[in-house]
Amino acid sequence: MKFDTAAEANPIDRMRVVGRAHPRIDGPLKTTGRAAYAYEHHDVVTNPAYGVIVGSAIGKGRIARIDLTVAERAPGVIAVVTAENAGKLGKGKHNTAKLLGGPDIDHYHQAVAVVVATTFEQATAAAALVRVEYAQAEGRFDLDEALKTAPLAKDPNSPEKQGPPESRTGDFEQAFAQAPVKLDELYTTPDQSHSMMEPHASLAAWNGEELTIWTSNQMIDWGRTDLAITLGIPKENVRFVSPYVGGGFGCKLFLRSDAVMAALGAKAAGRPVKVALPRPFVPNSTTHRPATRQRIRIGATADGNILAIAHESGSGNLPDGQPETATNQTRLLYAGANRLTSMRLAVLDLPEGNAMRAPGEAPGLMALEIAMDELAEKLGMDPVELRVRNDTQVDPEKPERPFSERNLVGCLREGAERFGWQRRNSSPGAVRDGNWLVGMGMAVAFRNNMNIPSGARVRLGQDGRVTVETDMTDIGTGSYTIIAQTAAEMMGVDIENVLVRLGDSAFPISSGSGGQFGANSSTSGVYAACVKLREAVAQRLGFNSADATFTHGQVLGGNRSAKLIDAVRDGELVAEDKIEWGGLDKSYQQSTFGAHFVEAAVDGFTGEIRVRRMLAVCAAGRILNPLTARSQVIGAMTMGVGAALMEELAVDKRRGFFVNHDLAGYEVPVHADIPHQEVIFLDEADDKVSPMKAKGVAELGICGVAAAVANAVYNATGVRVRDYPVTLDKHLNSLPAVS
Amino acid sequence: MANPVESEVSRRGVLVGGTATAMIGVLPSGQGQAQPASSDAVRQGFEVSFEVNGKPYSLQLDTRTTLLDALREHIHLTGSKKGCDHGQCGACTVIVNGVRINSCLTLAVMHQDDRITTIEGLGTPEQLHPMQAAFIKHDGYQCGYCTPGQICSAVAVLDEIKAGIPSHVSADLTSPPELTNVEMRERMSGNICRCGAYSNIAEAIAEAAGSKT
Ligand code: FES
Ligand code: FES
Repeated sequence: MKFDTAAEANPIDRMRVVGRAHPRIDGPLKTTGRAAYAYEHHDVVTNPAYGVIVGSAIGKGRIARIDLTVAERAPGVIAVVTAENAGKLGKGKHNTAKLLGGPDIDHYHQAVAVVVATTFEQATAAAALVRVEYAQAEGRFDLDEALKTAPLAKDPNSPEKQGPPESRTGDFEQAFAQAPVKLDELYTTPDQSHSMMEPHASLAAWNGEELTIWTSNQMIDWGRTDLAITLGIPKENVRFVSPYVGGGFGCKLFLRSDAVMAALGAKAAGRPVKVALPRPFVPNSTTHRPATRQRIRIGATADGNILAIAHESGSGNLPDGQPETATNQTRLLYAGANRLTSMRLAVLDLPEGNAMRAPGEAPGLMALEIAMDELAEKLGMDPVELRVRNDTQVDPEKPERPFSERNLVGCLREGAERFGWQRRNSSPGAVRDGNWLVGMGMAVAFRNNMNIPSGARVRLGQDGRVTVETDMTDIGTGSYTIIAQTAAEMMGVDIENVLVRLGDSAFPISSGSGGQFGANSSTSGVYAACVKLREAVAQRLGFNSADATFTHGQVLGGNRSAKLIDAVRDGELVAEDKIEWGGLDKSYQQSTFGAHFVEAAVDGFTGEIRVRRMLAVCAAGRILNPLTARSQVIGAMTMGVGAALMEELAVDKRRGFFVNHDLAGYEVPVHADIPHQEVIFLDEADDKVSPMKAKGVAELGICGVAAAVANAVYNATGVRVRDYPVTLDKHLNSLPAVS
Repeated sequence: MANPVESEVSRRGVLVGGTATAMIGVLPSGQGQAQPASSDAVRQGFEVSFEVNGKPYSLQLDTRTTLLDALREHIHLTGSKKGCDHGQCGACTVIVNGVRINSCLTLAVMHQDDRITTIEGLGTPEQLHPMQAAFIKHDGYQCGYCTPGQICSAVAVLDEIKAGIPSHVSADLTSPPELTNVEMRERMSGNICRCGAYSNIAEAIAEAAGSKT
């Protein structure tokens, strides 16, 4: 099915199942410990050996010598695989650095060996006996230093992946010079770690030339393809399975060394092997969100109309890596005739930077939405009103291109009302509650909508059950449940009669999970397959499929009705299709919107920051399941609090690695950090984006949160911190005197 | 006990394994100084018996095997999760003799005759424990990987409060603690949820606590 004209009325609009707060259908398995994650498939592989990876101890250089003699003699060791004996390996399309290092080392904790032994304990002990001699080389580890000479970077998100290095509209320089009110500030965001709770893990089993890999991955077909490329085997020989994923946030978009080393280890050992990355490998051995240095200039009229806006961002990555696209939202979010955005990309020898929840917008809005708060203060204007004043219903660079739906103003107004924003004291540092300084802050959330082709197979069994198969993944996003809701709505059956099977390359290729495109794209693929299945049913039962209604296990049409199950009396029906996307995103800018409101308290003596209240209002198309969608948003808000107040990978600029590479050193929010969170979804059905009329919220939810927290802290203290995370050392010396 | 030579080697092996990742940062050439154990057979064959979810188990284990790995890799109860293997995340929380612990931070052989309850022992998909049902109702999870640990912890927290055990945020150490939101958040803070389900988990626990009394 090709989606190239706006959706008309369709069975989803009934919203009998879709749009309802249905609890997760995988809940009983997950809450009782019965859902099997990557390392846990004892049912299919009974005697795996254990692989433990050895990671590079240097950031850049070469392996001079690798001595396996002691490790190979250690008890229980079956095989040790290194680049020397692994055979020729390729590099996956989505990998920046190779996944098995040697002799050249590209980054710290790059895998250099896997030790396979009968037990985990033996493999762990033997891994420590692999002797590696390195010839260390000079590396580039200092972003600020490297950015001084870094070239402009093309926008990897532009359609040809090769956009112009700068975007310009009007004459920014002149308009900014003449603007009566000006802001010109620098903001920094640090490297961040996804730190999902399940580290990458894979179980590999060879059957002759055929490889099955049970793993933890967001994108089945990418992973399968890249594993085949890496191993130099036909893709058809790889089965890639990932039914449950213990969180990803972008870190499991790509094939990583656990899968490659499990496959190589299993080949060498002649038996199945499982490999999990140790927690301390996650930051340096996988991917992270790259740090940014952002300069924002905004010129406005005295009454708050933006005349000129410029956003320039610099980030770093390994050779052939991509920039963090922190300027994206600034091209679309606010009105203003004169505009400039650009990105610089420095070459660094730190581990690979890549997508983490709302890549681009998350760090971009961390800066932009502080800048807007600062501009509002300069103007003596309410921060909500400033955003409302500069709303635009069209792409500011191409005014002939409207937004498909854009209810940002609704989010702002509703949020201000619900949060009690009018009670905010606009003079910072003026509100006290005992020893606490109290403040309110807000920020806008913006995240682009993306649609990805997505396929599914649906089956109407003779027992009347509908089975959906697609290689879509559920990484906590609720895919199982919203896909069941979609199939139930389309086929007119109860959700209890739908079985959803996900995360297996034996099923049709889906969008996968990423970029908040998964919910809308994958359910649209299921919609397409269900349309075909409905046609097949209608044909068997002698209905005209165009006007047949599927409801309550019945098919109605003309003036007669039949039982759905009668269509399969002589055998089950199977239909497969995929959704493909026409050019509606060219004629309409498709984005999601929100507003975040935060109340924060700062200890007047110690500077300690506590978040007291949080509210998000989102306008993001049809919400397929308000319960799971809300969870996506509160989870993203939580990660936003982390970004605001604590998350930072500390770079050792001498040796070239992230020092705080575990969950004790890299702090993420815990229960005590997070208050009750409110989320409101505005009613919306966006017929320009898909037959589901839905978009996504999983990344929208983090966009702007950190800035809302930072703005609330500023409102509490009067001390502006532009260098994330906002830790107490950055404002302690300047806090107002405690009376 | 194992013979002294063996336990010396074991301790050393554990030490090197546990600090290897910290050490390689300062060891540019060669990692770890440990020698292969001479008596691996002794280490492999340590016998331990305990009860898990009401069922007796008798296992021959490597002395270095954590309780978490004994559960996951030997008994195949994989509900207890390995999020860090370092005592930093709480995903491996189980209840031993009524007290919650991080099962990654304790060796299986230390648990002779102990009574261990894992997530699988609290309830089944068909017959959920009230805490499990409350997590489902309030959507107190997303990816589900921290969830067994959160639920085991939450069940134990309610018992700790009932037993009058104070926490860091209990204002008054002489009167019994109450299950306030602040108490609960403090006591649950050893269980990280990177999916960020905290607000919903709080509601789930509050409901389960209410239905329990
Ligand atoms: S796995 Fe035990 S605390 Fe993380
Ligand atoms: S549900 Fe994913 S970490 Fe808690």
